[in-house]
Amino acid sequence: MSTRLANGGRLLNKGKQLHFTFNGKQMTGFEGDTLASALLANDQMMMGRSFKYHRPRGVVASGAEEPNALVNLGTGGKFEPNQRATTTELFDGLTSTSQNHWPSLEFDVGAINNYMTRFFPAGFYYKTFMFPAFAWKHVFEPIVRQSAGLGQVPKDRDADTYEHFYAYVDVVIVGGGIAGLQAARAAGASGAKVLLMEQTPHWGGRAPVDGGEVNGKPVADHIADLVAELEAMDNVTMRTRMMGAGVYDHGYVLGYERVNDHTPMNAGPRHRLWRIRTKQIVTATGAIERPLSFAGNDIPGVMLASAVRDYVVDYGVSSGDRTVVVTNNDDAYRTAIALKNAGLEVPVILDARAMGGGALVDEARAMGIRVENGKGIAKVKGGKRVTGVAICMQAGEGAAVEEIACDAVAMSGGWSPVVHLWSHCGGKLIWDEDQAHFRPDAGRAPTNQDGVGFVIPAGSANGPLDLAAVAADAHEAGKAAAKAAGLKATRKAAPKAGEEPEQAMEPVWMMPQGAGPELRIKSWLDYQNDVKVSDVRLAAQEGYESVEHTKRYTTLGMATDQGKLSNINGLATLAGQLNAPIPAVGTTTFRPPYTPISMGSIAGEARDEVFQPLRRTPIHQYHEDQKAFFEPVGQWRRPYCFPKAGESHADAVKREINQTRASVGLLDASTLGKIIVKGTDAGKFVDMLYTNMMSNLKPGKCRYGLMCSENGFLSDDGVVARIDEETFLCHTTTGGAERIHGWMEDWLQCEWWDWKVFTANVTEQFAQIAVVGPNARKVIEKLGGDMDVSKEGLAFMEWKDGKIGDFDARAYRISFSGELSYEIAVPASQGRAFWDALMEAGAEFNIMPYGTEALHVMRAEKGFIMIGDETDGTIIPQDLGLNWAISKKKEDFLGKRAQLRDHMTDPNRWKLVGLKTVDGSVIPDGSYAIADGDNANGQRNTQGRVTSTYYSPTLDCGIAMGLVHNGPDRMGEVIEFNKVDGSTVKAEICDPVFYDEDGEKQNV
Amino acid sequence: MSNAVSALEKTSFEGFAKVSETGLRGMITLRGDLSSKPVKDAVIASTGAEVPDVRRMSRGSIGDVAWMSPDELLIVCDYRAANEVVTTLLAALDGAHALAVNVSDARAVFRIEGDGAREVLAKVAPVDLSTEGFQPDDFRRTRIAQVAAAFWMNSDDSFEVVCFRSVAQYVFDVLKVSAQEGGEVGFL
Repeated sequence: MSTRLANGGRLLNKGKQLHFTFNGKQMTGFEGDTLASALLANDQMMMGRSFKYHRPRGVVASGAEEPNALVNLGTGGKFEPNQRATTTELFDGLTSTSQNHWPSLEFDVGAINNYMTRFFPAGFYYKTFMFPAFAWKHVFEPIVRQSAGLGQVPKDRDADTYEHFYAYVDVVIVGGGIAGLQAARAAGASGAKVLLMEQTPHWGGRAPVDGGEVNGKPVADHIADLVAELEAMDNVTMRTRMMGAGVYDHGYVLGYERVNDHTPMNAGPRHRLWRIRTKQIVTATGAIERPLSFAGNDIPGVMLASAVRDYVVDYGVSSGDRTVVVTNNDDAYRTAIALKNAGLEVPVILDARAMGGGALVDEARAMGIRVENGKGIAKVKGGKRVTGVAICMQAGEGAAVEEIACDAVAMSGGWSPVVHLWSHCGGKLIWDEDQAHFRPDAGRAPTNQDGVGFVIPAGSANGPLDLAAVAADAHEAGKAAAKAAGLKATRKAAPKAGEEPEQAMEPVWMMPQGAGPELRIKSWLDYQNDVKVSDVRLAAQEGYESVEHTKRYTTLGMATDQGKLSNINGLATLAGQLNAPIPAVGTTTFRPPYTPISMGSIAGEARDEVFQPLRRTPIHQYHEDQKAFFEPVGQWRRPYCFPKAGESHADAVKREINQTRASVGLLDASTLGKIIVKGTDAGKFVDMLYTNMMSNLKPGKCRYGLMCSENGFLSDDGVVARIDEETFLCHTTTGGAERIHGWMEDWLQCEWWDWKVFTANVTEQFAQIAVVGPNARKVIEKLGGDMDVSKEGLAFMEWKDGKIGDFDARAYRISFSGELSYEIAVPASQGRAFWDALMEAGAEFNIMPYGTEALHVMRAEKGFIMIGDETDGTIIPQDLGLNWAISKKKEDFLGKRAQLRDHMTDPNRWKLVGLKTVDGSVIPDGSYAIADGDNANGQRNTQGRVTSTYYSPTLDCGIAMGLVHNGPDRMGEVIEFNKVDGSTVKAEICDPVFYDEDGEKQNV
Repeated sequence: MSNAVSALEKTSFEGFAKVSETGLRGMITLRGDLSSKPVKDAVIASTGAEVPDVRRMSRGSIGDVAWMSPDELLIVCDYRAANEVVTTLLAALDGAHALAVNVSDARAVFRIEGDGAREVLAKVAPVDLSTEGFQPDDFRRTRIAQVAAAFWMNSDDSFEVVCFRSVAQYVFDVLKVSAQEGGEVGFL
């Protein structure tokens, strides 16, 4: 059984007991525990079930590489699935449940898959997609859907907050082990601004567990000295619980800081995503131990040798009473020695190497531990827990020579440097034959904008695995980083560590070497996705020679752990089957993040009220107070209509239109774009922007204009007012303000840079209110002021500055509704007061605000087009019958040449007409005019489509605008438009101007 | 004028730093050739300040002048003085090619003060806000979270942030989240 030991546990505060639950069971641990160490201390070795076969699984590792011990953490708004128990710090009140089983962890119906292993070989999904045809949809998919997925999906809103943080430094050092600390010291002493980050809560990494001496002191003391020295440096920042998540171009690093995961009761954000720009990056990310591939290597109780050692030394927890150690290197002997020192039994060390080992081997033997050379594990006995191992010759085929009872197995297949961050931006790897691992190829670092490397690996992340070499390498890396960042490298000496010569490891990719199919099908490579040696071999047999293809076919390394334990073993197995050298097979691509980061941290502050910016006009609060029904227009929210209590939106729109046409209504038009164009070349410039002539507009006058893209398509429209000889004010659509301003600057900065024109977007300087209706003038005149707004004083399509009431106003006599209409701009800060004054003055005329839908209907009654309704990026002004607004006199304007192309002048282009339904109903939005016959695809032929369609309260019938083939030549013809229910509605083609064709009402 | 109100009417929030809307402020966009004599002279004549260096703000008796782009300055002054500054500018420019326009009402201004002010901004603006990276009278045209903004540092170590009026509430809400208690980073 696994249990808490009386001694040991250097990371624990045994004075502080913590309570937590696992699957509802009350348990206790200590401050400093991880959830994994606390579960082990409570003899909870089995922590979950595997993804595919639902096999019982226990913890394998002690850190970020853990594939098995994933739990659902927390409840309600704090619930999060797939949390690694090994990196979850214990806190009082933690609740956790295991995943991937039903009805319980101990008894799981899904484990039936385990007995059907032969029916779920590699490429199972792909095969079932293919054959038999009915099976995927009716048999396999329902089964897979039931059993797929790891943790549960959160059901409540996330209760926590998250944030980003931008930081700028000279050197980022990822990893706070002995190498990271040493590199930080060297870079810091060289004067670099250093940010050192460590994903765990502790400095020093695994060096204190593994032991050794530096500068004549035990390594733990040396680490304490280093930390103290770094803390005293003003130019060095040290952050724990912060993972280097990704390395990107131009020295960009993402740091994932878990601020409050361990203190969920604290105020502040849960996670903080650091977005760091740095000159150099040192990856001191350490190395990860590899499992060995033997039958039954996934049974709970089989763990990495380093993890078994960590739990004893760091947390005072034994993984078992009797632990068999199996290895191909000297390092795992440290585990046997640590276990023995803790008073635990090590019945045997199985060393796959035929010949002995180094000093550690001698030490183990001297402690009386039995060492068997050239031996390995034939198979592990047990189901939900290890009960023993069958021993065999490593060189053989797995015939058991002896069985030994044990309740834990500590395995070590050698160490792989963590090269992820080195590789994220293109750093290349080389295969190290001696260590049997890939390590960074220093000559092929990821390069920055100048073609110079910006990532430097340090310590065991660079290959060396012994303390002396690690410390020396990291010191050099820190110096090199500072130098590359433009500083002078320190002359401080590198630390000197005691040499501990170790015997070379020997690669073991299958144990025993000649294992047959029965053993291979039980030898796991990827624990989380249930990929076995047999699956990879099958993939190779079926022709998947590329490691990237094999990965996808078998799902090797595609689980949440991204194959931290399985990748190297998997590709070595593939290489073996292909009879190719390992470097020729290569690795799959390393992509950020290093381990999964929360979605919340990526979103940062962007949630709830600040999910997206919401633009508000100065009159917005009035609309809110009136409980207006809003519609989004760009980032603005504009009132669609102002329904009164109990009133439908349709009724509100009808009321607003009738009131405006009969008396007076108000529209908040503040969102319309207003761009000033000024300079001696301003006239020339607006003539290029608009299709019609603008340069001959007289100061004081307004003119409607169209803007096209250089491809001729209608892009925006609006009224241009000439302010003075050199200045135009261009109104754009609400959604077009920023875009058109950018468009203008683009032409001015890139093409016509020598024209004397400046622009300024003054959209938000003004609140603009349209006062519309036959009584509009009376309302304005009631306010007083010095502005003459009479028919003569301010004629249609004129503008004027002056006082209306107390307000500094600019009034435009323009009309989008067909009524007598003034659009009045006042400074935004006075917009609300002006609105209120108009409402008060208009009370006797029953004045009321109208929304965008009334605006739309009224303009459609007048036959005015709307950008976005009548246009969709494929429409030219000629399609809309706007030829009158296209100058024939001008030499050029944007879009002119394009509009002369064959396709644009094709007489068969659909053209704008009005449509009036025969039965008075409203044509559905998006409806097509049907034509006789079917096209080549068996679809009904069409001859037009609706672009705007409304119920017109003024005409009391359905009206529409649409584009119809030869439309303007077919006045009076009745055509049919399709409806959603399959029937059609008949409409007569007519002039698009339904209301006051002569414009008498707007010109009074 | 008596009816003029700022977007948030001086709302404030106290977290680990204080964020407050400052009320109306005079602002003028000036576009022109910043190296030309007429522009330089007009800036001094209207504000008392020199044309600032790149990403800097210069101070004057009437107004402060910030560098917005190679051909654009932002003049910051008392709200009521803005129209007069524009008039003085135009007169001093005397027909030189330039554009001066009062944009006071198009903007909202926030002040961020307290020890954590730098960090409040560093969470929402991609700017080096370290003591070496950003000092009094430094000015940056950038963004606050998802919207355009600019800010500068005053001699009392407070910051002032300018954004468009329509997004004043958004910027205030973002700065509130950024300044929430417990959100101190301890880096700057």
